[in-house]
Parts: sequence; C-alpha cells; structure tokens
Amino acid sequence: MSSPILGISFGNTSSSIAYINPKNDVDVIANPDGERSIPSVLSYVGEDEYHGGQALQQLIRNPTNTIVNFRDFIGLKFEEADLSRCSAGAPAIDIDGKVGFAINRGEDNVEKITVDEVVARHLNRLKLAAEDYIGQTISKTILTIPTDFTDVQRDALTAAAAKSGLKIVQFINEPSASLLAHVHAFPFEKDVNVVVADFGGVRSDAAVIAVRNGIFTVLATAHDAKLGGDNLDEALIEYFAADFQKKNQCNPRKNARSYAKLRSNAIITKKTLSNATSATISVESLADGFDYHTSINRMRYELTAGKVFSQFTQFINTTIEKAKLDILDIDAVLLCGGVSFTPKLANNLEFMFPESVEILGPQNKDASNSPNELSCSGAALQGRLIADYDADELKEALQPVVLNTMHLQKAIGLLDAEGKFVPVILPETSYPVQKTITVKNAKGDFLIGVYEADSKIKETTVEPEAKPESEAEAEDSEEWSDDEPEIVREKIYEPSTKLIELGIKDVTKGLQIIFNINKDAVLKVTARDLKSGNVVQGHL
Amino acid sequence: MLSLPALTSDITVSVTSGTKLTESVRRPIEPVGKDFMHHATRTLRNHTWSEFEKIQAEQNVQKVDESNVDPDELLFDTELADETLLAHDARDWKTADLYAAMGLSKLRYNATENQIIKAHRKQVVKYHPDKQSASGAGLDQDGFFKIIQKAFETLTDKNKRKQYDSCDFVADVEPPKKGSEYDFFEAWGPVFASEARFSKKTPVPEIGSLESTQKEVEQFYSFWHRFDSWRTFEFLDEDVPDDSSNRDHKRYIERKNKAARDKKKTADNARLVKLVERAMSEDPRIKMFKEAEKKEKERKKWEAGAAARAEAEAKAKAEAEAASKAEEEAKAAANAKADKKKSKEAAKAAKKKNKRAIRNCGKDNDYFGDAAQAAAIDEQISLIVDSLDDEQLVDVADKIKADASAAKAVLAEAAKGFVESGKIPASLVAYFA
Repeated sequence: MSSPILGISFGNTSSSIAYINPKNDVDVIANPDGERSIPSVLSYVGEDEYHGGQALQQLIRNPTNTIVNFRDFIGLKFEEADLSRCSAGAPAIDIDGKVGFAINRGEDNVEKITVDEVVARHLNRLKLAAEDYIGQTISKTILTIPTDFTDVQRDALTAAAAKSGLKIVQFINEPSASLLAHVHAFPFEKDVNVVVADFGGVRSDAAVIAVRNGIFTVLATAHDAKLGGDNLDEALIEYFAADFQKKNQCNPRKNARSYAKLRSNAIITKKTLSNATSATISVESLADGFDYHTSINRMRYELTAGKVFSQFTQFINTTIEKAKLDILDIDAVLLCGGVSFTPKLANNLEFMFPESVEILGPQNKDASNSPNELSCSGAALQGRLIADYDADELKEALQPVVLNTMHLQKAIGLLDAEGKFVPVILPETSYPVQKTITVKNAKGDFLIGVYEADSKIKETTVEPEAKPESEAEAEDSEEWSDDEPEIVREKIYEPSTKLIELGIKDVTKGLQIIFNINKDAVLKVTARDLKSGNVVQGHL
Repeated sequence: MLSLPALTSDITVSVTSGTKLTESVRRPIEPVGKDFMHHATRTLRNHTWSEFEKIQAEQNVQKVDESNVDPDELLFDTELADETLLAHDARDWKTADLYAAMGLSKLRYNATENQIIKAHRKQVVKYHPDKQSASGAGLDQDGFFKIIQKAFETLTDKNKRKQYDSCDFVADVEPPKKGSEYDFFEAWGPVFASEARFSKKTPVPEIGSLESTQKEVEQFYSFWHRFDSWRTFEFLDEDVPDDSSNRDHKRYIERKNKAARDKKKTADNARLVKLVERAMSEDPRIKMFKEAEKKEKERKKWEAGAAARAEAEAKAKAEAEAASKAEEEAKAAANAKADKKKSKEAAKAAKKKNKRAIRNCGKDNDYFGDAAQAAAIDEQISLIVDSLDDEQLVDVADKIKADASAAKAVLAEAAKGFVESGKIPASLVAYFA
C-alpha cells in the first residue's frame, strides 16, 4: 500500500497532523511527547533544536532563541509583517526583505534563519512525528490555510514544504476543512448555512459557508489578526498581575521572565477552567522571590475576560452581515480552534442566536469533542479522497471552469395545501443540481405549483399579556415583568414568480417530485406516481 | 410533512411562458469533499445528473463485489440464538445448547473444525468477563463464558463432539404429522438428511425425487433398513463420582449408565426402523411401482390367453386369403382366355399379311422380268403360299421383306423343297423349278 496523504493544519499557535488509518478512521497523530495539538514553536539551545511543547517551555528561560507565531510571516515582506505578535519570543529581523530570526547557536555563533527556513524545519518535525507514528515515509500532504492567504504565501509554503521533503497536493481553506471533518462525522440532514468560526491563539477567522448537496460555497469571510486566545490570556494575566501586585507590592509585568512565567501558568489555568469550574494557579518565585498562589473560579474568569468574549460574538455577527444574511438565515455555527473549548463562548452564542441555530462546539453532543483537531482531520479526509484520483484528474478538477460555478440566487419550491411556500432548492445552490422530494401516502389528484421565492424577515410585535395575578405575586413580579413589547422575528418566503404548474391525477400510493436544474439553468420538474409510475414533466 | 393542494382545474403541464430563473451568480465552490469531486467529474465529462447517478451506482455495485467478507462469518449467528443461555447455570452446561452458545446454531453438526475455532474466537471477544465488566457486569458473572469454553472443549474434541452430536436433539428433524397432507420429498428429505449424520457408511443415498428409478428407490430403502448408526448416548450419562472412596457405588453408577445407554440405543434403533417403515408406506414412488407391477401382471395374464386367440385369428386369416386367391385365379383365367383369342387373331392377321406379301412379291418385282407369264407366276406363288406351313410362311415372308430382289430365288427354293418332298408336283411350279 502506498503511503497515506498527511493532513496538516498549520497554525500560528499550534499545528496538528492527521491521516486516515487502514481502518478508515481519522487518526490525529500525537508527536513523541504525546501532544496532539503540537505548539508551532521552535527553540534552539546551542546545537540542539527543540520543537513543540518542549520548545514552548524554553520561552521562559530562553526567549530570544525561541521562535513563536511565525506562520503568518511566510511570503510576506518585512515591512508588511506585524512583528508585535512574536514579541514574546525571538525578535524578528530583516533578512533580504523577508522576515527572519537571529538565533544564537552557542559561542557567538549567530545563525540567521528566514521564516521560510523556520517553516520548513517545523514541517519537517511534523513529518517526522507522522512517520514515527505511521511507520511509513510520508511524501504527500494537504495543508490547510486561512482563506486570506495570497498566492505568494502559497508558493512560499510549497517551497518550504518541498525543502522538508513534502509535496503539497492541495491547499484547502481552513473553514472548509473543518466543516468537511464535521460533516464527515455528523452529516447535516438538509442544506444549511453554517458559520465556521475559528478562534485560534492569535487570530480569528470566520466564514459563512452554504452547504448544498455536500458542496460548500463560501459566502463571506472575516479575519481578525488581533483577536484570539491570547487576548483571553492577557485578561487573565492582567487579573493575576494586579492581584499579585496588591499582595506583594511588586509588579511582575516589568520583568520579562516573570511575565513569561505568569503567562505559561495563566494558559494552563485557562485550559483547566474550560473543563472545571475552578482552578488554581501556583507560580514559584514569580517576581522578587515572591511565590504566587491563588485559585480562581470560572465565573470570575468569565467576568474578567467578558470584553474579549463579546468581541468573539461580535466578530461572528460581522461575518454574517458581510455575507448579507440575517441571523435567521444561519442554521448552525461550527466552532473550531482552541478557544472553542471555553464554555462561555458557546453560551454567548446560544444567547445571541435563536434556538433553531445549532452551536456546534465541544459541549454539543452532535459535534466533535476536539474543535482544534477539526481542520487537520478535514485535510486528512480530503487526502484520503484524492488518493483515489491521479494527479491529472486532480489538476483538471481544480480548474477555474470547475470551481467557478453558477449559483442560484432565489429559492425554488412548491406551494403546499395551505398556500405556503416550501423551499426545495435553496438560494446559493450551485447547479447542475437534482433534488427529490417524496410525498408519502399521497392520494388523489394534485396540483404542483413551482415558484421562485424571496425570503423576508417578518417582524411582529407581541404585546406582553396582562396577567391577572394575585397581589403578593404582583409585587414580586413587578420588578421583573418586561413591559417592553417583545419582537418576534421569523423568516418567511414570499413566492414571487410562478414557473411551472403540474397536475397529476389518480395518485394512489405516494408521489415523487424531482427538481433538476442542468448546467444551462433549465429547470425541469418531474412528478412521478410511485405506484403506477405515471410521469408528468415540465421544463422552462 | 408536506401536503399538496388538490387539483381543481384540468392542467397537466402549464409552463408560465417567458419566465426565467433569476439571474445566477458565478461563485467559486470549495474544492473539498467527495461531492465536489463528483461535481468536477460531472462538469468535466459533461454527464447529466442521471447519467452520473447510473455510473456511480455501477461503481458501488463493483465495490460491494470486491469487498471480500469471510464466507464463514455469514453463517455464524449475528445475535445469540437463545437469550436464556446468558443466565444458564454453568454447572449445568450439559443441558445448554452448545452450538447456540458458540453462535453456530445454523450450522450445528455441519460446522467444520475451522469454523468452530473462528466462532469461538468471536464469542470470546464478545463475552469475555473483562469485556462484560466494562459494560457494568461484575467479573464473577462469567457463567456464559464458562459455557462457551466448555462448548469449545467439547466441540473440538472429535470423540466428545460425536457424543454431543448424538444427543443434539435440536438438530433432529421431526417427520410430518400422520394424516396431514404434505409433499413427501419436502417433508421427508430433511428427516433423512438429519438421520444420515449418524451413518457409519458414507455416502448415504439421497431420497431422490419422483423421477428416481425403482432400483434407486429400492437401494435407498434397503440402505435405511440396514442402517448402521454410530449414535451413542454417553453424553446423557450420569456423572460417575470421581472419588475412589466408594468403588462399589462407582461401579453401580457405571452399570446403570451402561444399561441406560443400551436401552436408549435400542429405542433409537427401533425408532429409526419405525420411521423408515412409515416413510416407505407413504412414499408415492413405492405406490407407483406397486401399481406398475399390478399392471404388468395384468398384461402378462392377458398375454397367456393370446395363443388361442392367435389360432382363431390365423384360421380366419387363411380363409379370407383362400377366398381372395380363388377370386384372383378366376379373374386371371378369364384374362388368359381373352389374350389367347387376341393372339390367335393377331397370328391370323400376320399370316394373312405374310401370305399377301409373298403373293404380291411377283407383282411387286415386275414378275421377275417375265411379265408375260404373270398369270402363271401368280398362280404358282399362290400354290406355294398355300402349301407353306406357318413356320415356312414366316421364314419366306421375312426373306422376301428383307430382300425383295431375291424373292424369286426364295420362292424357287421353297418350290424346290415342295417338289422334292412331293407335296407339289414339279409341273405345277414349273416357273420356279
């Protein structure tokens, strides 16, 4: 058997690798240290190179030789890069116009490495971990990238991967990869609009994706390079630092080493609070020889970081607005990235969206328990899929003529017995497409009216009912009774254009209606009597 | 649940003319997932939706064909055939259905050794106390597992399996109820097939069908009448106490077991004999053969009376033949008479013709150049002609016909003959003398 195609999710903060094992399950690969979410950190001590969690620990003692948050620098010019984000580690320098790092390899031997080289070394480490795990040499990979990566950045990644002996067969967008992994495990029953929100360590990305017949169309994307899990850390650090200062009259923020210590412990505390309602933090000799020990509960944490959380929800809101959709058009929100573990995030979203919207976070039983592994799992699934196709076929499939597809702009559907519009083909469906609906137990003669429809948001104001209450209760409830009229918003379809009418007679045992739009946008509606096989067909 | 409005007018298809779908927008789709690959294939190959579905369906069928499932696995039980086995007391394992415990309730005595090993492995993985305790049961609740182990022990030992199979009454097939209507071969086939497993001799003849020959049927029943069974009933023995303290008791039990075994064996043999007798009495082929035999007998009886009948027949035939012969003969005689008359007349006519030919030969030959003597020649020729007998007449006529010029010589020769024989005086035939 040929070696599997590795799925790599390469993040600023951490990376994950996955492949499809011979049992056809997705296997997220742990590195030799047992980390499935491998920190994207490289650290050098003399001749030795450290990677992953081991390198991350070096951030306290050896920050100038530890490279963090380097992914977004690839393919960028030095002037374009936002260098503040790697301030915790080795400072970025300008090497031939590219971002680079000066690393001390011991005895005044300073090695200057460009970010391309760093990426290559990082990918090589990931490759070695995968080979260790699978026991086969790996040569092909699928890499996930943010939707805003430019072609220059893609090329730089391809070159860096080639340096580490990996051929990138396909780049896929992170939100698509995550959604693919989610759909693989928990398929949607119908066509939906999903917001895929990826909250990483230092940046956040969101995309509104329309899923139609298993085909994904990205309707809008949003990026925020300054919003991420680190903001939560900052809030927590600030809280602890203030507390420490109050107790010991010394500021741990001034000393870089103290700050690094506090940060690494705050991160652990944050992760603990995702699973437990209270956590302790304990740092020995945090600053000026003072130890720090305290406990914090989840409520306090959520209050402290409340502002950041509202930023997250606001971010999702902006994305939906960007797609020119209403909250009611959204069927589900898929949370991925490390921040998704925080229960407060999903809580806030549940509050923001109507009940019909599913928040697919780790707390939901219909979603993956590890949102940070979705993207690499998706890449691995895609790898398994395209392993069955040869290179030419794949190249052909990725041509613009295939990728750029016509999408319907309005819903097409039928009128039911009460005259209500029932959408069959939703807007943003790419065609050619075929949809079949079956009306079971239909009996008699039927009229099938096919219409095109606009969706509208209907707002109705519901006056609160004046409740006849006993006096004792009335006193109590006065403070709580919401006198404000409640506004109920619903999404309704208004049929606009009548397209086709079909009449079918003497149906005895069920009816099947097939909607087919071919590549020339010709709609064909076929009604078939399931018992007798009578067919009535009309097309535009 | 969608409900459609009822049809009020008489439409079959009405397309609102001039309507078009709202203008579509070209957008990129994400190149991930199998549905995208399907979309790509459709677009690149220009397949319509239904063509593509057809191709996919074909591919799926091929995939199913290719997947190689262990054929044995299909024969095993997917679920425990008898749920009560789980609560069965392991000490009473002998009363448990060991094949069901192994998941072999469909195969039973037909299970091969390999299948038993495979099935055992499967059951162990499923019912091992370690596995069971994971789902809540205590480690001490291993009764069923013990039964599985006992079953494996019994079924993999050749001798023990024989003993168990002997007493595996579940595998016995009951004959059809007496007096009920049934298809003989459908009802009795499985009965004999299940009994056949005890046969020492192999192969066991099959029950056959309605088309089997008498010889085959006879062989079948004679095999079953002389059936040699290895069935033993040791499995039902009472356990012989293992302690050596009471040897007498042990021997007593052993004796008792042996007696019980023999009794059961005799009963089983008797049962089989009865069974075969019943089958034979109800076998439609046997009835058919008996009927055929009866008919044959009747035919033979009928044949025995045939000699007398043949004699009478021969007589009648001879008489008829004689009558027809006489009739024919009479006819032939009449014919002959008529023929004779005819030939006589023909001869007469020929004679006349010959005579005329000879008589005329003088005239025809211009009287041989002696026209002066014509009258004398004619007279003399007619004299010769009259004197010629039948044979001579033909002879002379032929000669004259053959060569008219030699007529004079011929006549002269004939005249000379007559003169010499003295029939005609030489003076009367002077011209030819």
